[in-house]
Amino acid sequence: MTEFLTYKLILVAAVFGITLFIAMYSTYFERKVAAFMQDRIGPNRAGPFGILQPLADGIKFFMKEEIIPANANKILFVIGPCVAMLTALMAGVVIPWGGSLEINGVQYSLQIADLNIGILYVFAVVSIGVYGIMIGGWASNNKFSLLGAIRASAQMISYELAMGLSIIALIMVTGTLSLGEIAAMQGGGVGSEWNFWNIVYQPLGFMIFIICAFAECNRMPFDLPESETELVGGYHTEYSSMKLGFYMFAEYINMFISSALMATLYFGGYNFPFMNDLGLSTNVVTILGTLALFVKIAMFIFFFMWIRWTLPRFRYDQLMNLGWKGLLPLAIANVLITAFVMILLD
Amino acid sequence: MQSLSGRSKVVVKKEMTFAERMYLPAIWNGIMITIRHFFGKKATVKYPEEKRPISPVWRGQHVLKRDEEGRERCTACGLCAVSCPAEAITMQAAERKKGEEHLYREERYAATYEINMLRCIFCGLCEEACPKEAIFLTDRLVTTEFGRGEFIYGKDKLVEPVDARIDVSKRQTKAVLDFKQDKRFAHNR
Repeated sequence: MTEFLTYKLILVAAVFGITLFIAMYSTYFERKVAAFMQDRIGPNRAGPFGILQPLADGIKFFMKEEIIPANANKILFVIGPCVAMLTALMAGVVIPWGGSLEINGVQYSLQIADLNIGILYVFAVVSIGVYGIMIGGWASNNKFSLLGAIRASAQMISYELAMGLSIIALIMVTGTLSLGEIAAMQGGGVGSEWNFWNIVYQPLGFMIFIICAFAECNRMPFDLPESETELVGGYHTEYSSMKLGFYMFAEYINMFISSALMATLYFGGYNFPFMNDLGLSTNVVTILGTLALFVKIAMFIFFFMWIRWTLPRFRYDQLMNLGWKGLLPLAIANVLITAFVMILLD
Repeated sequence: MQSLSGRSKVVVKKEMTFAERMYLPAIWNGIMITIRHFFGKKATVKYPEEKRPISPVWRGQHVLKRDEEGRERCTACGLCAVSCPAEAITMQAAERKKGEEHLYREERYAATYEINMLRCIFCGLCEEACPKEAIFLTDRLVTTEFGRGEFIYGKDKLVEPVDARIDVSKRQTKAVLDFKQDKRFAHNR
């Protein structure tokens, strides 16, 4: 029992640390990618290539004066960023970060909790995430914050529908809600063991999912909750110091988690081609698989940034039109088409 | 009407086609443009390590010159302050005492000499007005400071050190030297 607990604790600590580390360095790469796409160089003063920039930013966030507006609801004002951060971190629990390691004859799975309803869990946690933004925006007692918060909640609810429907089509194909099983189903080697990644079966579903993921993460072109040009800073207008840092951080963690989710659901998770044909031991394959997963995640994060620094923001009515009149019918059609094809193939 | 640049386009408000309403082809074009810039040449100049080439007649921070024997050339006549369109220069004159002949070239010298670098527009009129060839603009940049007061440069920053002379030969082009050959300026040499 103690052994089991230590193994889980180590895994939790590792996932926690890696998540924070990647979120930290996402800020650095965001600025680098932005700079490169605008023919600039980006931060390059703190350490070689500016590699210490996130540390400097973090220290700055901690050192800044902390302001709580006089008319704000103080308790909720503090709870807001905490909820945003907490829910962002919680989703990482069910993602399979790799196969299983064999140490002293015992199998250690690299997934903290293989819930049989893993996808539902992720959706539940992500839905709670909107409360962080709502509470923060409302508690600020500022009209811009409130507008940002309202937009955030409306946008998240609208896009969660299409996202859920795109996932339903995927679940129809895989037949399970467990993320661990979905990842394992996409593995294999050459021959009879060969399995395609889910992107092959669900290209349209993936398109819908990734668009909705952009909206859920409040990233460009769906960053209406923040939209500096209209709403000052959106829901975090009144925030300063590390509380603002928490919101920013939560955004990057969400980006990381949704990248991990997309990699797991549609791009084979920790599986990589020919993984069983190289004649490597299980542990090596597992470690390589985890690396492969992180490469996929990095590519998705880059894609997030790439899109952000390419596209302008949607207008609010365009956003709602796209969500309700574009993606939702498309997602339903996707479900129907999947069902028909499955029946035809049986 | 004829457009001035020849690049104007008539905007028509028409219904978008299906491909346009899908956004995806346009997004594809967009991300291809940004990725091209991602790998393209960067325009940044990493300033302190790498400097942009400047013109030979660049007008930067001033210097108060000394003569060959290391004496200050400035005689505090005030012509630079009078000529200054930005009124950036102030000075106070003092009389040279006995035993100070190795410090000051003339009997009168500037006890204080201040240029407000925030006011200065680096036009170079002070240099042109100076009958003693004492003030020159150099190719050095005025550094940044945290307070306004620090931009008022006194003699400590303006007068060139005896052991580290500042080259102003770039400012003394042939045309300038020919001009200074005029016999009315003979007292300078």
